[in-house]
Amino acid sequence: MEPRSRSFYVLATFFALFVLFLYGPTLTIAVLSFQGPSGGLTFPMRGVSLHWFHDLFEQQAVGDIWGSFSRSLTLGLMVMVTTVVVSVMGGLAFRKRFFGSGLVFQLIITSLVIPSILVSLGVGLIFSQLGFTVHWATSGFGSQLTWTLPFGLLIMFAVFNRFDKSYEEAARDQGASNWQTVRHVVLPIIAPSLIGVALFGFTLSYDEFARTLLTAGSYNTLPLEIYGMTTNVTTPVLFALGTMTTVFSFLVIAVFLITAKLMNRRQDRAGSDAGSGSV
Amino acid sequence: MDRFLRSRTLTGWALISPVAVVLICFLILPIIVIAIVSFWQATEFSIIPAFSWENYDFLFGSPVTYRVFLNTFKYAVITWALTLAIGFTVAYFLAFHVRTLTWQITLFLLCTIPFWTSNIIRMISWIPFLGRNGIANSALMSWGVIDEPVEWLLFSDFAVILAFVHLYTLFMVVPIFNTMMRIDKSLIEAARDAGATGAQILWNVIIPLTKPGIMIGTIFVVTLVMGDFITVRIMSGSQSANVGRLISNDIGLLQYPSAAATAVVLLITVLITIAILLRFVDIRKEL
Repeated sequence: MEPRSRSFYVLATFFALFVLFLYGPTLTIAVLSFQGPSGGLTFPMRGVSLHWFHDLFEQQAVGDIWGSFSRSLTLGLMVMVTTVVVSVMGGLAFRKRFFGSGLVFQLIITSLVIPSILVSLGVGLIFSQLGFTVHWATSGFGSQLTWTLPFGLLIMFAVFNRFDKSYEEAARDQGASNWQTVRHVVLPIIAPSLIGVALFGFTLSYDEFARTLLTAGSYNTLPLEIYGMTTNVTTPVLFALGTMTTVFSFLVIAVFLITAKLMNRRQDRAGSDAGSGSV
Repeated sequence: MDRFLRSRTLTGWALISPVAVVLICFLILPIIVIAIVSFWQATEFSIIPAFSWENYDFLFGSPVTYRVFLNTFKYAVITWALTLAIGFTVAYFLAFHVRTLTWQITLFLLCTIPFWTSNIIRMISWIPFLGRNGIANSALMSWGVIDEPVEWLLFSDFAVILAFVHLYTLFMVVPIFNTMMRIDKSLIEAARDAGATGAQILWNVIIPLTKPGIMIGTIFVVTLVMGDFITVRIMSGSQSANVGRLISNDIGLLQYPSAAATAVVLLITVLITIAILLRFVDIRKEL
């Protein structure tokens, strides 16, 4: 190997600073959430305690955190499952290059670039004009799908663009029906990528704020609850909550990434190089 | 009949129908309703169906509107320039200076993980840094750069743009890295063999081939910044405004028709911007 050039070290330093910029603030509030009971929102630390985490578990202290957490979790799982199923179907559909696919593609891009607050406002208006009550599991759920589906579909497009059609042809030559081909050939090959779609579906829903603002109804999701806290809570309990949510997100991400890695490894061991193009 | 059932278009539409239903109910219909309501009138307590240009007259007649739109563009342009510069450098390092695929993927994931965590928390986490008694001020004072705390760090345009860059640089890194990874390395070797310097390779080979990734990143960053209201609200401490905040303020006052009119103008602005940007890139080809 040739020796590293000077520009490598300059760029590596830049990269390290960028990572510090990305994670530094999050680490800072993680440290500050262990403030002593008399501590404030910034350094110095006035002692070290679990006081603010303890506060999170007291119902009255900071609103309905656990209720909103369980709602966000449920909604995240609903959105995740729907996003995976619908994106796979959509991905399969676009391989057919059906009439009107161009129009649907434009709609998907529109859904991606439209300011979130418009979805929130529009869905809220529809529900109020029709006399329905907005609820996180109906209007909130639909609004979030307009954000997660485009990501899921774009990933599926990328996956199928790299998909080797000869596997399907082989299956069909051996007499597999359309459904059998999808079920036993296509789905196992794309399975690791579906973990990626699921990760997007869950986390984007779990953290979504703008699209649920006017569509969640009287029961808040966690990001709405946290937003409410930013305006009236001025103690490190805010940081404690932030740290807990971030740790939870990291755990979720880790589970998804490890699952994807294990699935990839299993495919490799099975001796097939299927899907190896879709890094 | 059988042939018809097996036709591409029918199967295609059967498979795409869930996507179509969601996008019609939660994207198209809401846009239509917003467009209709933007012509309605509002009292303090309710909104009244009507057809009046009142909301638009007010919107275009108010100097605030122009100032706020200008401010929105200002945020978009500055954030775009910064995220592009940082995002390109990071992607360039990952794609051309990190040598093994394992390290490339690991470092790439390190950059993407924050994307899957809460934006609001990531905004809040700047408070201990930027506050009057925050880390930045204490550090600057102890180094003797300043004598008293700087006030404009938190709750200012500076804080807003810092947060935008913090949140959205990822959207530049990912597509640019993706395009760079597809550049045929032999093109770069050919350029080097032909006597090109590193800077010439960067300028004449890599940047032109990375343009599609840059455009996709640009589309993401520009639309996210233009449609934002929450970052500006939290990071400026309600002292600055962009179009999103104009809309959310009207919603807060239950002035839905006026919010809808602003939303229509914002949507048109965003769509025109995207239409222009899409002239430079074919997204379907880049996936």
